[in-house]
Amino acid sequence: MANETAGYERTPVVLEIKNLTKKFPVDGGKFLTACDNITLTAYEGKTLGIIGESGCGKSTLVRCLLCIQSTTSGEAIFEGKDLLKAKGEEVRQNRKKIQMVFQDPNAAFNPKMLVKDILTEPLKNFGMIKDSEVDAKAAELLEMVELPTSFKDRYAHSMSGGQRQRLGIARALALEPKIIVCDEATSALDVSVQEKICELLCKIQKEKKITYLFIAHDLGLVDLMCNQVAVLYLGNVMEWMETGRIGQDCKHPYTKSLMKSVFMVDADARYKIQPLDGEIPSPLDLPPGCPFYSRCEKRSERCLNEKPQLQEVEHGHWVACHLYDK
Amino acid sequence: MLLELKDVDISYGDNLTVQGASLELEKGEILTIVGESGSGKTTVIRAAMGCLPGAGRVSSGSITFEGRDLLKNTKEDWRKMSGTEMSMIFQDSGNMINPIRKIGVQFIDYIQCHAPEKSKKDAYKMATAMLTNVRLPNPDNIMNSYPFELSGGMRQRVGIAMSMVFQPKILMADEPTSALDVTTQAQIIRQIIDVRNEFGVAVIIVTHNLGVASYMSDKIMVMKGGRVVDYGKREDVLKNPKSDYTKGLLKAVPVIGGVPYYGE
Repeated sequence: MANETAGYERTPVVLEIKNLTKKFPVDGGKFLTACDNITLTAYEGKTLGIIGESGCGKSTLVRCLLCIQSTTSGEAIFEGKDLLKAKGEEVRQNRKKIQMVFQDPNAAFNPKMLVKDILTEPLKNFGMIKDSEVDAKAAELLEMVELPTSFKDRYAHSMSGGQRQRLGIARALALEPKIIVCDEATSALDVSVQEKICELLCKIQKEKKITYLFIAHDLGLVDLMCNQVAVLYLGNVMEWMETGRIGQDCKHPYTKSLMKSVFMVDADARYKIQPLDGEIPSPLDLPPGCPFYSRCEKRSERCLNEKPQLQEVEHGHWVACHLYDK
Repeated sequence: MLLELKDVDISYGDNLTVQGASLELEKGEILTIVGESGSGKTTVIRAAMGCLPGAGRVSSGSITFEGRDLLKNTKEDWRKMSGTEMSMIFQDSGNMINPIRKIGVQFIDYIQCHAPEKSKKDAYKMATAMLTNVRLPNPDNIMNSYPFELSGGMRQRVGIAMSMVFQPKILMADEPTSALDVTTQAQIIRQIIDVRNEFGVAVIIVTHNLGVASYMSDKIMVMKGGRVVDYGKREDVLKNPKSDYTKGLLKAVPVIGGVPYYGE
């Protein structure tokens, strides 16, 4: 444990998200809070995992980082500059360094473009490649994701789901970015294919020191893939682990109840899942207290009125819960 | 024996899609069919339900349900059977419900279509009783909602309620939880097990989640490329898989606390 801790502190920080808040205006002058005061850090060559149920703000968070959406307040420091304040050409230049792999590999490519054109389009957009170099560059990228180079003259629809997801990764790698956002990049794939894609991602990470923001809702996958894990609920970070493994080290009641919804292959017949009851409450008009109050087993009066803040309970491990107040 | 498939071959036009699929299902049993996309798992249950799309047909083998040969069924026979003796839940029940009509209207329509002797009032009562049964709070409210007003998990519960309203003998579920997140997935799986325990219905679930298969099944069938590569009792398939494919599949499932992909 001590060695691990030292490890991440020596690693250079790539991205610092500070107090990021995103509110969407809705009818009647109300606001829907999708991300509430999120503070996270991503390290070079490490994977930051973001987990939570649907509607907890995972995708909104990365959309804000990529400036696909404007942000209400907060900042995200990348290479000494605030990503969220960038405008016009600067946004475009930033995207060169932060690329994305999408969830559905069937919908992520133009069906009328050849694989080589798909792969080199980002380079063409930034004027970084001549027409004569397209074939060679496409072959190089295909090799990187372990696909046969002959695929460059094919169409994306003639490939299988796993091959297409490799194509998505190759396209994201084309610009040699610092950060790659994987928004549920493997949820559409079968487990055996998913395993290979994850191994590939980790291999590329080691070679190129890329940082991944890895969004998923499969806890097992996040545990195996990610060095740092953030658990989101209703736009709030409930637990933030810079070290340790989610299985044995998680502390927040929400994370623990998520663990009880996980189906395990090797469980014996007596193992019973205990999923949380009910649904995630509406993010309109958040309650003043803890966002998880309505579904928490260990709630107390204090949780209703006072919102718990993230606090460091162990070195490199923050939890937002009154149970861990000192 | 409730349902038996013997060496069933299924083709779409001239394409042989599924080859030699056999399975046996007793009352109250849960059978899970696992496999990757395109392995023919959906095709098998669609054949058993008599709803193969387009040019799909069973080209050889036999399907028997309570001693009846289902392959001799006429369209009228299928119409009588489906919904009352066998029913199906889809990946997203929201897609099977008309988006511009309220759930209540469609639920009552559905009941009266299969049981014309029921009055609207009776049908409404049956529907709300069933919605309560699948743990949907405030069924009157649900009956008065449009599909888009409900969350994915709630829509899936409506789907289960609709399929169970005539207490069929077999419930088929085609990837009922693939579109849901962990908590809701666990809730729906628990609901299907509860329904089985309460009504004694046999369940066939198609899934690619081996965790789900391991948790709920009595029998597991693993398919690859249109062939059955493993079939048997849950313990046998999980502990002593016959094919390398199943072994690989079991190994590929990410387990919390396993060896991380990023290494040390």
